[in-house]
Amino acid sequence: MPIIAASQAKEEYDVAIVGSGAGGGQMAYTLTLAGLKCVMLEAGRAYDPATQTAMFHRPEQTPLLNTPTPDKQMGFTDATVDGGWEIPDEPYTQASDKPEEQFHWWRPRMLGGRTNHWGRMSLRNGPYDFKPRSRDGLGFDWPIRYDDVEPYYTKVEMLIGVYGTNEGLENTPNSPDGVLLPAPKARASELYLQKSVKPLGIPVISIHRAVLTRPLDADTIPAKLHPGNAWAQKIVADSMRARGACFWATDCHRGCSLRANYQSTTVHLPPALATGNLDIIPNAHAREVTLGQDGKANGVLYIDKTSGKEERVKAKAVVLAASSGETVRILLNSKSAAFPQGIGNAHGLVGKYIMDSVGGSVGGQIPALENLPPYNEDGAGGPHMYIPWYHYKDQAAGKMNFSRGYHVEFNGTRAMPGGRNPLSDDLARGAYGTKFKEEARRYYGSFVGYTVRGEMIANEHSFAEIDPQVKDKWGIPVLRWHWRWSDQEINMVEHGIQTFSAMIEAMGGKVRMRKGSTAKTVIDAGGKVIHEVGGALMGEDPKKSVCNGWNQVWDVKNLFLCDGAPFPSNADKNPTLTIMALAWRAGDYIVDQAKKGNL
Amino acid sequence: MNHDESSSSRLPRRTVLKWFAAIAAATQLPNLGSTVEAAAAASPAKGYGMDPDLSKFYQPGDFWPLTLTPVQRETVIALADLILPADHLGPAASAVRVPEFIDEWVSAPYPQQQKDREALLPGLQWLEEEAQKRFSKKFSALSEQQKSAIADDICWPADAKPEFKKAAAFFQKFRSLAASAYYGTEAGWKAIGYIGNVPLVKFDGPPPEVLAKLGVEQTVK
Repeated sequence: MPIIAASQAKEEYDVAIVGSGAGGGQMAYTLTLAGLKCVMLEAGRAYDPATQTAMFHRPEQTPLLNTPTPDKQMGFTDATVDGGWEIPDEPYTQASDKPEEQFHWWRPRMLGGRTNHWGRMSLRNGPYDFKPRSRDGLGFDWPIRYDDVEPYYTKVEMLIGVYGTNEGLENTPNSPDGVLLPAPKARASELYLQKSVKPLGIPVISIHRAVLTRPLDADTIPAKLHPGNAWAQKIVADSMRARGACFWATDCHRGCSLRANYQSTTVHLPPALATGNLDIIPNAHAREVTLGQDGKANGVLYIDKTSGKEERVKAKAVVLAASSGETVRILLNSKSAAFPQGIGNAHGLVGKYIMDSVGGSVGGQIPALENLPPYNEDGAGGPHMYIPWYHYKDQAAGKMNFSRGYHVEFNGTRAMPGGRNPLSDDLARGAYGTKFKEEARRYYGSFVGYTVRGEMIANEHSFAEIDPQVKDKWGIPVLRWHWRWSDQEINMVEHGIQTFSAMIEAMGGKVRMRKGSTAKTVIDAGGKVIHEVGGALMGEDPKKSVCNGWNQVWDVKNLFLCDGAPFPSNADKNPTLTIMALAWRAGDYIVDQAKKGNL
Repeated sequence: MNHDESSSSRLPRRTVLKWFAAIAAATQLPNLGSTVEAAAAASPAKGYGMDPDLSKFYQPGDFWPLTLTPVQRETVIALADLILPADHLGPAASAVRVPEFIDEWVSAPYPQQQKDREALLPGLQWLEEEAQKRFSKKFSALSEQQKSAIADDICWPADAKPEFKKAAAFFQKFRSLAASAYYGTEAGWKAIGYIGNVPLVKFDGPPPEVLAKLGVEQTVK
């Protein structure tokens, strides 16, 4: 595999890609299969999920029972290495001391980035989600429509493999027939919820997740993805055949050595590397995009973390897919006579309008789920069902005090125990001995958790800028974060609390919340959902946006932003699938422009 | 079960010697008695780092030395087995290494665990003193009845008398940690009714008896 050292880089590439996650991975896949020579810079180390994944570890086989620590901030078995909320040598700062005005920035430093540990939720944005301002006058519209992106959603779903069902619900698009993989059977708690909340008009349906519930059809899909390109079809077919289907065990956050779920490292990068057109330089910490005399991007300056030296790759075009925050940082640090405020930032919009998803959870205990006959419900290593947003008509009629939607994700019930006390003190009370063990068994599987995953509306108070003083270990200026939720998000979480309480009561259960909880205490802090998007918005007007509808920076035509940074809004649908669809679309555009000699 | 002798008989002499050797190796101090903690404070252990080998299986002591004294270990074993005894649901806590996990926890270099250490070690000390005060024996040498007599006074903070409030807070923390460890083991999974973490050819969803008990039908075809 051409994972190379800085010194082995070629003299010049067609395209330099910064970042190896969903956006960078998709871009590398699209470009290399079209014959372009690419170099990928990854700030972390190389990583191979086939051999470096803690698949079946019980808590007793891990240090501290798999509990999160400052070294492994989501627990020992979490796929993330060399990353987390805080990374030594790579600080970021906060403009405010107030916790509610701070942003928490999750950064994995490893090949594949955040795709190694994500939840694999793969929901399409709907038609409304591209034109939100036109509907309610808030935030920003996208310069593109659902119909522009739809063919790419379909291609990505066919490539990565997504399970789910088509329900035909409002703003919750169907995929074309035959594209989705079979949805896994619902778990007991999901079925009980579904039945209990039906009278409340709440739909509980199969979620869409990037997990193979059966092997991909390597005989027919590659031809649909790469018509007329037999070479690409063969490479993609070989990669598809090397992926195993889900074996119904282990949490997807651990990563998957079977390649049964989507990670950039198991789905995008293997075929890209198989083309022979991709060099990957790990431990390459990008500093700035360099410009030629003609004002076009001609490469990337980076720090080789293995030597501490500054290095440079040259390319005819550059793609930034380093995560919203890191892409913003690179743009702002790319200062030159032509761009004294950083590339694309003459209007001061780079870094502005960063969004996360709205999060907030309510737990409950359901007596009907106590003492169920034990059964294995590990399933697909994540949720099987969810509640899509269903109040569009109420919002359109002005009946709600917030304007955008949220979907509901579930957790709890019969997940792998250990590493935490399964019987909380208020239920155990004074029990010890056999009584405690009997109570633990009785209650196991009866706890449910419901979580808001909602749309935050871009606001003036949530942004990132360069800290004028602080630099990281390599002397690169760091980001300073500003954050604020508006009443929109607080009211949404309040609605979630009310709705989840009603759901739990409909199941005959008891809500379990800390005394004195309010929407302001329940809402997750900024960044905690790790759905950071925005900061370099796409738009129709160069004066009011950083890039156009092709993810192409207005001021530098051969520079493309292919992570979440160009998102003008952050629909509740989870950003990863849309990042991939837009990267594929931008990749096709780059290939087309390259053919025309326009890059 | 032999209540009176069981705890101490679960602590074979060679195990004790192994701890001594481990501690000696880890702290490089010839005199073990009272200086272990001082040594740990003088040369703080490192954590497992941000890039540990995820393919390996680990056990307590692999990353940092275990620091409980033999006396503390005895107390931990006795209390863990009182809370999670051998019974129809499975083995006792000490049979599935719960005391080792507790030792690993309180010996860990991370802030949360250090904080827990500060709460747990004085609690163990209190248990010893209380056992001596009431029964003139070390806690691990008490009969189950005697241990329960102390535990009943501290097992639920809301009902504890003022003089036992602090010990009751310790008991809750200890119970929580012991249960966290116990239910992270294969035997603990069996005891609680978790039967996953095994590869399956297909996923059928809940079996008919579960569906019947809940009065639901599978809706995903």
